Amino acid sequence: MSAITRDEVAHLARLSRLALADEELDHFAAQLDVIIGAVARVAEVAADDIPPSSHALPLTNVYRPDEVRPSLTPDQALSGAPAVEDGRFRVPRILGEEA
Amino acid sequence: MSLIHKSAAELGALVAGGEVSAVEVAQAHLDRIAAVEPQVNAFLHVDVETTLGQARAVDARRAAGEDLGPLAGVPIAHKDVFTTVDMPTTAGSKILEGYRPPYDATVTRRLREAGLVILGKTNLDEFAMGSSTENSAYGPTRNPWDLNRIPGGSSGGSSAAVAAYEAPLSTGTDTGGSIRQPAAVTGIVGMKPTYGGSSRYGLIAFASSLDTPGPFARNVMDAALLHEAFSGHDAMDSTSIDAPVPSVVEAARNGDVAGLRIGVVKEFGGDGYQAGVLARFHETVELLESLGAKVVEVSCPSFTTALPAYYLIAPSEASSNLARFDAMRYGLRVGDDGTRSAEEVMALTRAAGFGPEVKRRIILGTYALSSGYYDAYYGQAQKVRTLIARDFEAAFHQVDVLVSPTTPTTAFPIGERADDPMAMYLADLCTIPTNLAGNAAISVPCGLADEDGLPVGLQVMAPVLGDDRCYRVAAAVERALEGRWGGSLLSKAPAL
Repeated sequence: MSAITRDEVAHLARLSRLALADEELDHFAAQLDVIIGAVARVAEVAADDIPPSSHALPLTNVYRPDEVRPSLTPDQALSGAPAVEDGRFRVPRILGEEA
Repeated sequence: MSLIHKSAAELGALVAGGEVSAVEVAQAHLDRIAAVEPQVNAFLHVDVETTLGQARAVDARRAAGEDLGPLAGVPIAHKDVFTTVDMPTTAGSKILEGYRPPYDATVTRRLREAGLVILGKTNLDEFAMGSSTENSAYGPTRNPWDLNRIPGGSSGGSSAAVAAYEAPLSTGTDTGGSIRQPAAVTGIVGMKPTYGGSSRYGLIAFASSLDTPGPFARNVMDAALLHEAFSGHDAMDSTSIDAPVPSVVEAARNGDVAGLRIGVVKEFGGDGYQAGVLARFHETVELLESLGAKVVEVSCPSFTTALPAYYLIAPSEASSNLARFDAMRYGLRVGDDGTRSAEEVMALTRAAGFGPEVKRRIILGTYALSSGYYDAYYGQAQKVRTLIARDFEAAFHQVDVLVSPTTPTTAFPIGERADDPMAMYLADLCTIPTNLAGNAAISVPCGLADEDGLPVGLQVMAPVLGDDRCYRVAAAVERALEGRWGGSLLSKAPAL
């Protein structure tokens, strides 16, 4: 039985905002099936009573003083933007036509 | 000896003594780059005028009587995953083609403060995802030992540049082995510092809990000098360790392993390991014993599941980190014809701008984090991560350092594993546990494999903030082996 189906890969691609072509989906579905089959080995480790680690260092709540410091100017912040209008990022429409 | 064959320490001393100018040193390396780049393709960006401008500034500071550090005027190749205000920063991706960042990474800033002269930006697997540099959107880098083979990855441009004498030093980043593996397969030194020992500010993120900047060099002392130059606490990185940098330069000078307890990791060896790699590894362990080290075998049973845990954790973090490439604020935008929604433009841009390995990992990470699969995949991988840290902890109660081959095989031919992701992932088998536990590890050359005459690396792993131990053992190995070889391993490489 396969670990992941082509439909599942298509769904994940939509969630990830990747407009994949059909050939790409075919290719990735086969490869991801192999990869997921291999990484599923983590399930064989007996770890019910083991706490998870999200991070290597035991750091929590790293704060800095709440001080105003120099930062990017608006021009610097916009310098890599694909489109700019009136000192702002110009983006395609974000609401449906009927909204 | 020509300038390009000198060590970074020698070049720094020559510049400090006024015997040669930083401009002359930079020009010699720019000439070398021009001569060999058509074959090697280590660099994505070289800008002669920007480089010479930095060198002139160092010469002016010296002329003004400024006390410059040991690396002032020494050229360096900088991995194209660190932001630089005066050079493009692409992370090897089409989605960032031509991108000019508005600020310098902390590592970049510290290179400049130390007077290092940045020659250009080096090639890498896209977003540092890969072990061969074949995943770069700008073509593969070639291994100077054999131009038909990979230079390792993801920092393959940086390893090749140093091995091809295009630069005495370079920067890398190590998320699962991306400094140590390229160092091993090109016959140079590469160090992954303790996680949090070097700043991630301005480093384009792949897997934030694992990404660690570190140095490449042709010898252990040069690597230590560079390590010291860009490491240390950075308030701009919330996971930066607020502690002194371990005394790595002193350790590289010392190189005494008498009485040191060295553990050989039992789980790394056997099936899947090239005979020539294991032969050089075992000889080097015997060498360390002859130098007075106490060698024992140590078992770290969880290391055998480090690879699957890593390929759940790293893609999960990547799928989240790479959400920032949304076609809105910087980088590529595709399909914005006035009729499409932002979401459609985003999906078209990401499909056009990311290469296959990045897409695979985003999908894999999204899967591992999905409701219904989270506990079985990402959650379980995090528990394995705890077990790996515990194995290290137990091992470092018995021994001072652990050793293993850096990689299971020598450099493989370009194309051999390009469409077989699982085969590619195996290149990082021995390096991944250290990333998951956040401790320090180095790769140092230990000889050539008999089958193919290609370099083999010894990996030395030390506890968190025990970076100096890596340099001490690596220096001992380097000193003893170079005595036998009558020079560096790299001096045996065919001339380009």
